[in-house]
Amino acid sequence: MATLERIRVTTRRGIEGDAFVGGSGPDLVFFHGAGGVTADDPLLTQLADSFTVHAPVWPGFGPDETETSVEDMLDFTLHGWDLVDAFARQDLPIVVGHSMGAMIAAEMASVARNDLAKLVLLTPAGMWIDAEPTPDLFAMLPFEMAEVLFHDPVLGEKLMTGGADFTDNDALTTFMVANARRMGTAGKILFPIPNRRLSKRIHRIGVPTLVVGGASDGLVPPVYIDLWRDSVAGSSTHMIEAAGHMLHLEQPAATATAILNFLSP
Amino acid sequence: MKFVWFNLMPWPDLPDDFRETNRSVWVDIDSKLFDPERANGLYHEYMDQLEFADEMGFDGIGVNEHHQNGYGIMPSPNIIAAGLARRTSNAAICVIGNSIALYNPPIRVAEEFAMLDVISGGRLVAGFPVGTPMDTNFCYGQIPALTRDKYDEAHELIMRAWAEDEPFAFDGKYNQLRYVNCWPKPIQKPHPPIYIPGGGSIETWDFCLEHDYNYSYLSFNGHKAGQVLLDGYWERVAELDKDESPGRASFAQIICVADTDEQAEELYAEHILYFFNRCLHVHPGFADPPGYRTVKTIKAGKLGGLRKENQEMFKTLTWKDLVEGGFVIAGGPDTVREQLEQMIKDLRIGTVFGLFHMGDMPDWKTRFSTQLFAEKVMPALKNIWPELETDDRWWCHPIEDRVRPEYTIESARAMATGVDPASLHQITADQSAADHGPEGVI
Repeated sequence: MATLERIRVTTRRGIEGDAFVGGSGPDLVFFHGAGGVTADDPLLTQLADSFTVHAPVWPGFGPDETETSVEDMLDFTLHGWDLVDAFARQDLPIVVGHSMGAMIAAEMASVARNDLAKLVLLTPAGMWIDAEPTPDLFAMLPFEMAEVLFHDPVLGEKLMTGGADFTDNDALTTFMVANARRMGTAGKILFPIPNRRLSKRIHRIGVPTLVVGGASDGLVPPVYIDLWRDSVAGSSTHMIEAAGHMLHLEQPAATATAILNFLSP
Repeated sequence: MKFVWFNLMPWPDLPDDFRETNRSVWVDIDSKLFDPERANGLYHEYMDQLEFADEMGFDGIGVNEHHQNGYGIMPSPNIIAAGLARRTSNAAICVIGNSIALYNPPIRVAEEFAMLDVISGGRLVAGFPVGTPMDTNFCYGQIPALTRDKYDEAHELIMRAWAEDEPFAFDGKYNQLRYVNCWPKPIQKPHPPIYIPGGGSIETWDFCLEHDYNYSYLSFNGHKAGQVLLDGYWERVAELDKDESPGRASFAQIICVADTDEQAEELYAEHILYFFNRCLHVHPGFADPPGYRTVKTIKAGKLGGLRKENQEMFKTLTWKDLVEGGFVIAGGPDTVREQLEQMIKDLRIGTVFGLFHMGDMPDWKTRFSTQLFAEKVMPALKNIWPELETDDRWWCHPIEDRVRPEYTIESARAMATGVDPASLHQITADQSAADHGPEGVI
């Protein structure tokens, strides 16, 4: 399995940040969700066997205190394209996003519809169905999250916290500070309802698109995957069994296989 | 020393099993618990109590803003304040306050506060809270990480709207207005005294000190818990080399006065326990959405409330715990006076927001406690801070010849019934001065 290393990247706007880069093959840019991304992400390391993976860290999710640079959907969308441009590349990139990252990726593909090769949306945020309201992640307590985000909450809790003990005050404080920066930034496009009117622009997506859902996803349940399929012309969907919202952590092999099958010529 | 009689306006009929059957008293409270016909009487009872406090000689009467909240049926304090401005003419009208980040555009607050100041003859004390996460983020949908930024812009707009004499264009991030031209303007110049309710973030302290606004620590945890926070505030005052006027700080305290300490428990314990057991049952997930607090504040703060076992804390508190822990200052007049004097000196505060009506306390007990306080406690504490006699930065400045509606209403009625209104009340400059002191400060 290929490994990813941390590099520094600076956008044309002058915003600096971390990115995890590795592997070989065509360029694949991965945009992480509100949970963040790490160098040992099991999905990315598998994708890196077939692609050159570029996984930038959003403002607010790394050590750089750059989160005031992104305040609304257009800021995130253009920052996404600035990041793509910052990674040296020859051909049109494949863009993959997870959850909030998928929401941004779909915006990017709507705004600059000819600037990417293919699009993969993993349990994408960004849609809202009145009759199927999704849980409010922002009103959830740390110990309640795994239940919503994972097929297997016990395993999920360990994956989310890295084994940290929330009954320990220092561990809780460390988590809360990081969570405040991450989710505070994510809230700019996800709070109070994760809908920034992509439905007015989504018809512009013109590249082959795969939407991947988790069969047990409590945050973006399967009915939302159907809506995405119906909204993006010509898109296909794939459901991962025994996976919740964090399918890249819970079922990385099955998720990687679904992506590779879609991307293989 | 200023004493403000504050009413949160709680809903008094939350069921005994409220905790067990409801996730939260705030945001997603069961709206079927609200009975509009019951509330008809309740609003009038609560407003009558505020007017009673004016009659009893309190320096101010206080209202605040909460939304979707079982202990506060006052989403628009300005409506209550307008009623009070019309039915009282002595006490300051303390609106603590309007959550200025919630108004689009916030020029609305500049206008309504100006109206209140004008109607009341310059009696407005204006509060500008950032707003609780429950109100601001979860009820009114503001994005947590942008709330403070939006608040700062709203503050700038309101203060400019009051200060400028010519229409001006305001090109803000959240408000773009081509013609800002506040009409009416407040009586008090350059603006009514500003009180900033806060919970302990250093950013709010610095904001108050930069502008000479009163920092109002409004919590229900009482003076013993508040000491640490106010100590931090006064340290910050010293660090920034500001004068240490007690007028820079105020504090909210639950106060229950009876004839004796024993009677206080007998009369008030059940109602205070109703408040702590039911009214403070807030889902902790609503209390701290990521992005609302700054990282600095989280690091300094206590996170115990987020832990599963601590969510039940208030459930087991007894009257003894509440009194000994300083959550409540309760007892006979001597007990209350001694404890309050100590509190005022220890916290170094120029204004006390006294919470007299709490939970499901009936009207007669509220008035009993209020009257005992006004007659047997307040007078002895009025002059704790001699330096405030000449420091008029922290309180309102009513005009002396303001309309006094309780008299004008009476004379209008008299005219309708054929009585010579001149025989009712002659308000002379002498009388006005006697009522309000020589410099017209109440």
